[in-house]
Amino acid sequence: MNKCMERLYNGIIKENPTFVLMLGMCPTLATTTTAINGVGMGLTTTAVLIFSNLIISALRKIIPDRVRIPAYIVIVASLVTIVQLLLKAFLPELDKSLGIFIPLIVVNCIILGRAEAYAAKNGPLESAFDGIGMGLGFTLGLTCIAVFRELLGAGTVFGFTIIPEAYKISIFGLAPGAFFVLAGLTALQNKFKMPSATNGSSNGSVLACGGNCMNCTGSACMANHAQLETRRLQAEEDALTAKKAAVAQKQAELSAKLDKKEE
Amino acid sequence: MKELILIVVGAALVNNIILSQFQGLCPFLGVSKKTDTAAGMGVAVIFVITLASFVTSLIYKFVLDPLKITYLQTIAFILVIAALVQFVEMFLKKSMPSLYQALGVFLPLITTNCAVLGAALTNVQKKYGILFSIFNGLGTAVGFTLAIILLASIRESIEDNDIPVNFKGSPIVLITSGLMAIAFMGFAGLI
Repeated sequence: MNKCMERLYNGIIKENPTFVLMLGMCPTLATTTTAINGVGMGLTTTAVLIFSNLIISALRKIIPDRVRIPAYIVIVASLVTIVQLLLKAFLPELDKSLGIFIPLIVVNCIILGRAEAYAAKNGPLESAFDGIGMGLGFTLGLTCIAVFRELLGAGTVFGFTIIPEAYKISIFGLAPGAFFVLAGLTALQNKFKMPSATNGSSNGSVLACGGNCMNCTGSACMANHAQLETRRLQAEEDALTAKKAAVAQKQAELSAKLDKKEE
Repeated sequence: MKELILIVVGAALVNNIILSQFQGLCPFLGVSKKTDTAAGMGVAVIFVITLASFVTSLIYKFVLDPLKITYLQTIAFILVIAALVQFVEMFLKKSMPSLYQALGVFLPLITTNCAVLGAALTNVQKKYGILFSIFNGLGTAVGFTLAIILLASIRESIEDNDIPVNFKGSPIVLITSGLMAIAFMGFAGLI
């Protein structure tokens, strides 16, 4: 149980996908026009993330290593289709306002990233909790940005008026505002030297792509995996040779001692 | 003819895929350090999105729609796009090595770029036919290329400027993109 709580803490605070890892920038900027949209997008992604982690982790010993990325994509795409149909049936308003970004969850790097980095190596229960943690972290990030944008752009938060109509800055509700809010946020992170992928101080190495979305070139998940794999093998080999050398040295010392004793 | 031109201009400038639709942000922010790599990425994206729009609209019209399984479009499209990119890469490697040299590095990076899937889904959403889909894809990709080359040239020219310490790196890039987005909002009156 302790491990599960640790996954939640890790996802929401330590490796928050929005603020620390800077993953999934497209939905982060596009769907945060109002707070309710941000929460909706976050929770939708959370649902997909929990089940994709659970299924991928349960199937991790069956899926052959060579075709794992296509297999993951099919699993994630099926889940996204299910979620999309559910949203259409039960929350048509939300479905309309999120629009194309619901099917685009398939190519959100958080999902494939977590599948590669965590679910493919750990048991179903931990993976599901990892999904919950990461999903809630993403929801938190989106909600924060969305509250700011809605407050500045429309003077409301979750639909409640806070700033009078005359004082709103409508540009924050439009496309450029998303860039400005995120720019201010990353500048603050730089200022206070908080861990973030943008100033290179995040410990995102657990993630297959290093978690550096700002220098990501599209699908680093796939391209970087081979590179990281060779690096890992190299490190393992190095460790092995070092171990062997240490053992050999020890043996030499022992034999020297024995020699001395015999003398 | 007039409608086709309107679709291309609308997709490239008015509804620019990056600056107003927020799709394909990762390569936009990641591959825009140098103008020539940005241009290479742009050309590869034009190639892939146009081709993918054509193939996905074919699949939608002749496979998904007649079989009444249009709800499977997300799964079908992402698999088709991934396979298509792999195929194009192999084809170029074998038959056009010079083009492969120029575009090769960018091709595998485009597979999960959300702009490609986004363009394919937009075609379906707006109920475009095959010809209109191709032109919409072309316009979308031209818009992407335009935005990424513009951003790369701005980044190159502000490289030595005196930027406040905290805004160095990605914050200034984001602010630049925000200003570009404001400029592109001006195109809204075009159509």
